[in-house]
Amino acid sequence: MKPGLPTRHENVDIVVIRENTVGEYSGLEYEVVPVVFESVKVITKFCSERIAKYPFEYAYLNDRRKVTSVHKVNIMKLADGLFLESFRRVATKYPTIEYNEIILDNCCMQLVSKPEQFDIMVTPNLYGNHVPNTSAGIAGGTGVMPGGNVGAEHAVFEQGASAGNVGKEKMVEHKTVNPVALLLSSAMMLRHLQFPSFSDRLENAVKNVILEGKYLTKDLRGDFTTQEAVDAVIANIE
Amino acid sequence: MATQLLRRRVTQILSHGSVNPSSPISVTRHFSSAAETIRATLFPGDGIGPEIAESVKQVFKTAEVPIEWEEHYVGDKVDPRTQSFLTWESLESVRRNRVGLKGPMATPIGKGHRSLNLTLRKELNLYANVRPCYSLPGYKTRYDDVNLITIRENTEGEYSGLEHQVVRGVVESLKIITRQASLRVAEYAFHYAKTHGRERVSAIHKANIMQKTDGLFLKCCREVAEKYPEITYEEVVIDNCCMMLVKNPALFDVLVMPNLYGDIISDLCAGLIGGLGLTPSCNIGEGGIALAEAVHGSAPDIAGKNMANPTALLLSSISMLRHLNLHDKADRIQDAILNTIAEGKYRTADLGGTSTTTDFTKAICDHL
Repeated sequence: MKPGLPTRHENVDIVVIRENTVGEYSGLEYEVVPVVFESVKVITKFCSERIAKYPFEYAYLNDRRKVTSVHKVNIMKLADGLFLESFRRVATKYPTIEYNEIILDNCCMQLVSKPEQFDIMVTPNLYGNHVPNTSAGIAGGTGVMPGGNVGAEHAVFEQGASAGNVGKEKMVEHKTVNPVALLLSSAMMLRHLQFPSFSDRLENAVKNVILEGKYLTKDLRGDFTTQEAVDAVIANIE
Repeated sequence: MATQLLRRRVTQILSHGSVNPSSPISVTRHFSSAAETIRATLFPGDGIGPEIAESVKQVFKTAEVPIEWEEHYVGDKVDPRTQSFLTWESLESVRRNRVGLKGPMATPIGKGHRSLNLTLRKELNLYANVRPCYSLPGYKTRYDDVNLITIRENTEGEYSGLEHQVVRGVVESLKIITRQASLRVAEYAFHYAKTHGRERVSAIHKANIMQKTDGLFLKCCREVAEKYPEITYEEVVIDNCCMMLVKNPALFDVLVMPNLYGDIISDLCAGLIGGLGLTPSCNIGEGGIALAEAVHGSAPDIAGKNMANPTALLLSSISMLRHLNLHDKADRIQDAILNTIAEGKYRTADLGGTSTTTDFTKAICDHL
């Protein structure tokens, strides 16, 4: 959460990690008969273990205290059960980091009432779409939330949550696009490349602009264009 | 009796061109004479259930609601006819009365029986879960302009319970979407919007990714939307919806969704207005059955201590009254509850007050 932004919640500081390869987005859909469709959600032990290691490593390196996995194992006993099993196994290897589990519907409810309780959250693919968007909403919107996609050999950084504004010509025309999310994502990229001082300078510049509250784009209830917001950030870089 | 049947048939013919047997609206109950009492099944439930059920009975008695309760409890032995702790007689009672109210039930841990909620859902074919979510005046949360209804498809989707292990370490879970179930819930959503004076229905989906399954759901919603030209219809992607809800919930009116999204969104909306302790809920079944329920837990730690908050069960019972077309009684009781909470003098512990269940109930009765 950025200090200075008018939001309903304070003290929001959440990192959401979403499994990005399997789950509900496997793209496997079938028409059983013309009026019945099936969509297959796949969870594998390999992918669950792979994604389980990331948040704990992240927590360890970034001084975070807690990892929460989000699931719906009471309903999807085998699929989410496999997901959770991998987590529990990995959690035992990081005894200094607190680990807990929360059911998806309760999670969303807690996010809108007591978001302070969450630190790092991990989800399978589909829930990883809802949770970051909800978190982005309570922390100021998708215009300010950074994100990154990490693989074994490559990493691609982009906005954390998109929420349907992708490809909107009008926003480009009216120059109301908020550059903050992508700027912060690029700061994440710099950190990933191990340039922490550059990353810090960029992040601080953005934070100062928002704290000042002057050069904000339309989604943050400001009146300034994309270019003006970027110029403000540049002016703030030390 | 004969005039009732005739009136029902006439309404059927007038309201729809063709009488579709699977449509929920074709069987309308007529509670024409005020003197006639309606029988309703009551499941007080476990934990704080009996106490809050008592509150409802008291409020209804004071408001002179023409309802006669048929109480049923969950047994302590598995009934082989239903494979759960709910007896066949209890289910028959709901089927017969067509309307019921349920308190929180805790499914006993163990194997060899179905979960109580699952039993009710499957046996009574409860296909839509309806939760009106509105900010309670006087109970401040971070959101005070919430006024929406979530309607969730309750029988299929991601919760079909069909999972299997393909090979060791690879599990598949099936999401099923059928035309029949999607049409059914869409019909109910638009019918609800029309009869409750709502202007907009939003279908929530992820059809950009799940093109065939959510695509079918949307197709069905569009079909139904054409029959209700006076109601605005829109489609919102689930991620966008989550974001809009937490930023500006006033943007939404009636939301209709498949099972998983409905689960998330309805609980998210409950969080916006103050939690499950204040949220009413009503399950609609085939043939016009309505089972209103409190969706919070049985709270065994405060059971029997006269501390429980009966608001959720009371608001759910109001949903039940509205389903029965007893609108002026429903309005009176709803106003009494909202005024009591707004006044702030009598509030139970979970709302930050010190009143007991009985005091809170008495305050509501006084406001009637």
